[in-house]
Amino acid sequence: MSDTRIALVSAAVSGILFGFGLSVARMTDPQKIWNFLDLGAIPSGRWDPSLAFVMIGGIIVAFFGLRLDRWLGLAKPIAAAAFIKTSRTRVDAPLLIGAAIFGVGWGLSGFCPGPAIADLGLVPGDVYLFVIALFVGSWVAGQFLEWSEPSRTSNTTNAAATTSAL
Amino acid sequence: MQNFTPLSATVGGLLIGLATTILWLVNGRTAGISNIAGGIYPVRRGDELWRFVFLVALPVGAWLGFVAAPSIFAEVPRTLPVITLSPAWLVGTGLLVGIGTRVGRGCTSGHGICGLSRLSVRSFVAVGTFMVAAMIAVFIVRHVV
Repeated sequence: MSDTRIALVSAAVSGILFGFGLSVARMTDPQKIWNFLDLGAIPSGRWDPSLAFVMIGGIIVAFFGLRLDRWLGLAKPIAAAAFIKTSRTRVDAPLLIGAAIFGVGWGLSGFCPGPAIADLGLVPGDVYLFVIALFVGSWVAGQFLEWSEPSRTSNTTNAAATTSAL
Repeated sequence: MQNFTPLSATVGGLLIGLATTILWLVNGRTAGISNIAGGIYPVRRGDELWRFVFLVALPVGAWLGFVAAPSIFAEVPRTLPVITLSPAWLVGTGLLVGIGTRVGRGCTSGHGICGLSRLSVRSFVAVGTFMVAAMIAVFIVRHVV
């Protein structure tokens, strides 16, 4: 198989595993997200810390997984030209503002991007409206960012520009 | 803690970590869903197909998990999640999540799993910020309004 094919099979396997994990952990259910975010439920004993366990489980594996390339001495990925990650290190205003806006939307809907897309075709209702709005919002904000910091985006390659969003 | 499902949550998390590892070692990409989705348009030759495949695979995996999980873990309900939000609310919150993840360059997976695993300071700040913002939003909706 060519590298391109291997990369697509890998993307499919990774996507299926990711969706499977979200579903097993019931992160596909906004109610479950609200029950975690609702700290006001702690006194009554109805708080649900499950989401924290999902994150810890993910981080335990990814902590090692994202270092394996260096530990194994891989100069490049198995089926791609280079490992691509963000070069940004500074905590800046867009990071804080963006994360705050995202947090409000996440809290009010119980949906972050992964679970919303994973629910397409599975959960009855209008989740697709959320997903369409997600794409539109991301595109509009991307246009705004390109306009507001042209020097940065024009100096980076396509690949680097797309991954600067982690 | 009547709704707490520690076993299925941890196993689900481990699987997400495995998915992240595969995408990194084989594709050299970070499994941040908002980035994978946000980079799909405008189309960049050679960079769009893997994103599309990943995003289509996501609900396929979720469906498999929905079918399999209740027989593996007694704590996982057999019923489908119920979406109680109105269309206008879904559009409004979807816009907020789309704008916020693009401006803040990451979501629960990109900053929350990948960034924290890399011990990125930016991601620690982002996760703290979106967690607090989300908790305040939920507190207001559930206990104040």
